Amino acid sequence: MIQFLLNQELKTEQALDPNVTVLNYLREHLHKSGTKEGCASGDCGACTVVVGELTTDAAGREQLSYRSLNSCLTFVASLHGKQLISVEDLKHQGRLHSVQQAMVDCHGSQCGFCTPGFVMSLFALQKNSAESASPDTRHAQAHEALAGNLCRCTGYRPILAAAEQSCSQPQPDQFDALKAQTIARLKAIAPAQTGELNSGDKRCLVPLTVADLADLYNAYPQARLLAGGTDLALEVTQFHRPLPVMIYVGNVAAMKKIEHFEDRIEIGAATALTDCYEALSREYPDFGELLHRFASLQIRNQGTLGGNIGNASPIGDSPPLLIALGAKIVLRKGEQTRTLALEDYFIDYRVTVRQESEFIERIIVPRANARQTFRAYKVSKRLDDDISAVCAAFRVQVENGAIVDARAAFGGMAAIPKRAAHCEQALIGQPWTSATIERACAALAEDFTPLTDFRASKEYRLLSAQNLLRKYFIEVQTPHIQTRVTAYV
Amino acid sequence: MVALFQQDLTTGVGRSVKHDSADKHVSGEAIYIDDRLEFPNQLHVYARLSDRAHARIVRVDVSPCYAFDGVRIAITHEDIPGLKDIGPLLPGDPLLAIDTVEFVGQPVIAVAARDLETARKAAMAAIIEYEDLEPVLDVVQAYRNKHFVLDSHTHQRGDSSTALASATHRIQGTLHIGGQEHFYLETQISSVMPTEDGGMIVYCSTQNPTEVQKLVAEVLDVPMNKIVVDMRRMGGGFGGKETQAASPACLCAVVARLTGQPTKMRLPRVEDMMMTGKRHPFYVEYDVGFDDDGRLHGIQLELAGNCGYSPDLSASIVDRAMFHADNSYYLGDATINGHRCKTNTASNTAYRGFGGPQGMVAIEEVMDVIARHLGKDPLAVRKSNYYGKTERNVTHYYQTVEHNMLEEMTADLEESSDYVERRKAITAYNAHSPILKKGLALIPVKFGISFTASFLNQAGALIHIYTDGSIHLNHGGTEMGQGLNVKVAQVVAEVFQVDIDRVQITATNTDKVPNTSPTAASSGADLNGKAAQNAAEILKQRLVEFAARHYQCDESRVEFRNGHVRVGEQVISFDTLAQQAWMGQVSLSSTGYYKTPKIFYDRSQARGRPFYYFAFGAACTEVLVDTLTGEYKMLRTDILHDVGASLNPAIDIGQVEGGYIQGMGWLTTEELVWNDKGKLMTNGPAGYKIPAVADMPADLRVKLVENRKNPEDTVFHSKAVGEPPFMLGIAAWCAIKDAVASLGDYRHQPKIDAPATPERVLWGCEQMRALRAAAPEAEGVAHELAGSQV
Repeated sequence: MIQFLLNQELKTEQALDPNVTVLNYLREHLHKSGTKEGCASGDCGACTVVVGELTTDAAGREQLSYRSLNSCLTFVASLHGKQLISVEDLKHQGRLHSVQQAMVDCHGSQCGFCTPGFVMSLFALQKNSAESASPDTRHAQAHEALAGNLCRCTGYRPILAAAEQSCSQPQPDQFDALKAQTIARLKAIAPAQTGELNSGDKRCLVPLTVADLADLYNAYPQARLLAGGTDLALEVTQFHRPLPVMIYVGNVAAMKKIEHFEDRIEIGAATALTDCYEALSREYPDFGELLHRFASLQIRNQGTLGGNIGNASPIGDSPPLLIALGAKIVLRKGEQTRTLALEDYFIDYRVTVRQESEFIERIIVPRANARQTFRAYKVSKRLDDDISAVCAAFRVQVENGAIVDARAAFGGMAAIPKRAAHCEQALIGQPWTSATIERACAALAEDFTPLTDFRASKEYRLLSAQNLLRKYFIEVQTPHIQTRVTAYV
Repeated sequence: MVALFQQDLTTGVGRSVKHDSADKHVSGEAIYIDDRLEFPNQLHVYARLSDRAHARIVRVDVSPCYAFDGVRIAITHEDIPGLKDIGPLLPGDPLLAIDTVEFVGQPVIAVAARDLETARKAAMAAIIEYEDLEPVLDVVQAYRNKHFVLDSHTHQRGDSSTALASATHRIQGTLHIGGQEHFYLETQISSVMPTEDGGMIVYCSTQNPTEVQKLVAEVLDVPMNKIVVDMRRMGGGFGGKETQAASPACLCAVVARLTGQPTKMRLPRVEDMMMTGKRHPFYVEYDVGFDDDGRLHGIQLELAGNCGYSPDLSASIVDRAMFHADNSYYLGDATINGHRCKTNTASNTAYRGFGGPQGMVAIEEVMDVIARHLGKDPLAVRKSNYYGKTERNVTHYYQTVEHNMLEEMTADLEESSDYVERRKAITAYNAHSPILKKGLALIPVKFGISFTASFLNQAGALIHIYTDGSIHLNHGGTEMGQGLNVKVAQVVAEVFQVDIDRVQITATNTDKVPNTSPTAASSGADLNGKAAQNAAEILKQRLVEFAARHYQCDESRVEFRNGHVRVGEQVISFDTLAQQAWMGQVSLSSTGYYKTPKIFYDRSQARGRPFYYFAFGAACTEVLVDTLTGEYKMLRTDILHDVGASLNPAIDIGQVEGGYIQGMGWLTTEELVWNDKGKLMTNGPAGYKIPAVADMPADLRVKLVENRKNPEDTVFHSKAVGEPPFMLGIAAWCAIKDAVASLGDYRHQPKIDAPATPERVLWGCEQMRALRAAAPEAEGVAHELAGSQV
């Protein structure tokens, strides 16, 4: 069975179909219709709900973290041990919550269909905003919080105004009043053993330890590993392929840790991208910038670094960066582990070296090295919440005017995230000059034969990939020149 | 009571009253059709769509559908009891395909089951065999081969051939303008309940309840009086639910008739995007002649609208593109030809602006082309072509442009946006920024208000006053988020001088107000507000007559104010008067009616006054473009927009802001891509990118023109606001081209079709770099431009 709090009500589920999303659970099983379906693919945010989880702060105190996520991509099993808050829960004693009132005051709704999703994103934003934040910080955080919510009516200005109104001086609400009680109740239902949903023909297992995960995966080699589910759930909601056996890795605490070593950072594969942000952006500011444009906050709150590698998409945004940084992954099967360079993991379109019952346990990212310069770029039709036409990452080391090391990796240019071997060869050992860069750009045409699809033509992909290398050179060589429109968002 | 009487009403006309559903929107309590409780025997419908662009149907076998537990019925066109065609004005849209399919996404069969997933699985199990026919997928091919859904139409004034031949400068060119998916957040949905007498109650998310009523009656072969359509609110419409809502409603009705069970059809997003029509893409050929000032002498425009496979509303849509091919400019001797091209894609349909935006984009491209050719600031060229007030003030369809505000509004916006200084600053920035380039554009909008099908310009309303003084309001318009209901309620509150809380807004319903026009053409408040005002004034007059009689004073001494009524020396509450009037045997229920005066259009002569009045606007947008990737960011937009005397400034500003962003999205990131088999590849939000929060200009300043009532006798002298601001988004497209043109010293117009995706922008940059490399002597023009007067 699995247990969670529906706001303050304890829900226990056992025989529920594990392919049921939280959205359909709310709407069809509980007849709570406030949460809307706009796309059922995690792209519009109309279905946004907030999940509360127990965390421990720096001082070792237990806290509640509240995060927005797309209920259309979340399977019910992943609520195990958590608190689910939907739009119906915000109004209290007949009065609108302050984020709801702000939306009303600012004329933030027109047709109203996207509004519950925006309200929940604003609610999570309010819960995560520091009272001391500057107006600029608040503005940036509001943009981040709302990038995954589409509104076709307002043009967003009034919704940003509502964010400012509700976050500039937030007042305590009923969730604050019930904080101690909620913490106690979540502790009381904290999973102590492997949970399970089992509807007869379908099941989802929820282990707590790496060893249990490894054992279960050995026992059910046909199982699909469910992490954030932001990609996997599409098989159910968009491609109508039921998933008979899933193993949810999100409750394996050991795989959600980030450990810092002198030469490396080790990130558990089940760590949400949101949680990777701080560690990676401190080390590599451009990694942070890219993560800001990686899907939406709802997706980053759910999607994991291991999942972004494991699904082996040619257009996942983290692999090119990790490959350029020389990251490694640790694969585990049963008790056995092996470590390999990330670029060696991918073989062909959605094909990897992963063996049956083997899974990514952690990702090892080298610490930043002052002699190397790392930059990452994402090119997409829309700045926010879009899939890259091209994603590029470069790490070059120049000594005495000569390039001594160069790694260049790209997404969207081939069937897999891939290093540009000819390009790197054209750089290494050469003087750090624009002439060298031009030769490396020419070499990129040997590295890649990109495809034309609805995101971009092959010609555009190749030219912008080359231009990103040119941009890299300009940024490193002449940092006073402005090169990024994203600086103005 | 006397004190209350002397206070002003705070929720009447002109006040920024919140949207009537705002509290329900934010709490999740607003009920959309899919939120209604289902019945135990509820059926869900899924339509199996054609996967061929053009094919003959060889075989359909639905028997495999019944192998799935929970399937109730699978239907083909043969099961439709009545008419099989649901074309809105002209036939051409079979409810289910008959002998052929004409686009990928056309419904062929429908299956009803106890849940949507079962219906889908069963529908996919049906056997459908096709024999492929040659599709036409390219609008240019259709145009060249005269492959049309309807005849072409011409607006002509003077002799454009002679004017073109004799003009000092002459330029010819072409432009592709992309379509646009509506992307209402609530997909198409209908839910139908069979009633006695063979009737149906139809809950349908539609802008056009009367047409749904008519089409449901027709497919069931029953009179319209058996069918009731109820529509409380849509989760967005934008024109996409004017005709496209009918198909799910009719399919549900057929299933409900055949099974006797309540039936619902909600389109999943991908199916919605595949099945339903969009904004018409256009292909444009222009031939323009102009003088040294950039003033047009003659123009010939070929406007080829891609209508998809059937007429739908394309007659009026291409007409409106032609009516707006002047935007704000006196065209000189003009020939405007509008063509309705047939392609094997979904039938394109109404979308905010209804063809007008495409016509305007064409002429704005021409303005930019002229400016680049002459080395002038595009705003100077635009201004030199503006309609005059006393001369050069007649359109190419012979309507006089009255009450023209273009000059004053442009001057205002130029000053408030600091256009001249920013133009200089941008030129200076571009001279020193090799990668990022800034662009600026100030664009006027003049948009004609009225349905061009003149008979549609009518509306009805129904008001009851109950004995406790509470008011029930109903009208023929539909609420899709635009705030129509609150505006009409404000009108009623204003007439009775009562607080808006006393006015209960109710679902649009065909058995309350019959024979309504669609809520479209920006006309919702103009028409229904007037009709409701008429109903309210009829009732008010009855109350005045009664009060004068009852209190024995002159009618002129009965005054309504702030929920109270002064009758002679006495002040009584509105409630009391209502109660007394009822006791006095006065009817407290009235209909209201309105039809727009003055308008006519003789299509055979292509002359007339199709528009009651024009709404004006202007937008100035500054953009930053990355010339290495083509990506961009809108930095600042200033808008000045004319809504006459606003009924509700907050609602109107919401329409202006939202319209601008939607127009910007159409011309920037919203790209529809079909594969070579005619399948829409951008069929969900993962591939089709409407503006998100970061696309909003970093600095957005919107103002309504103040103290300018509509000179025409519209509802409280307001102006329509739904569509006109959409076209302000053209400023974003022109600003991008301006930034790219900087790479060619502003002497060449970059070829950037709409939408200006980053890819098209990068190719525009490459084109400019190539031109510059070929002609390096063009230095210095940027400096001249910076100092030029505009």
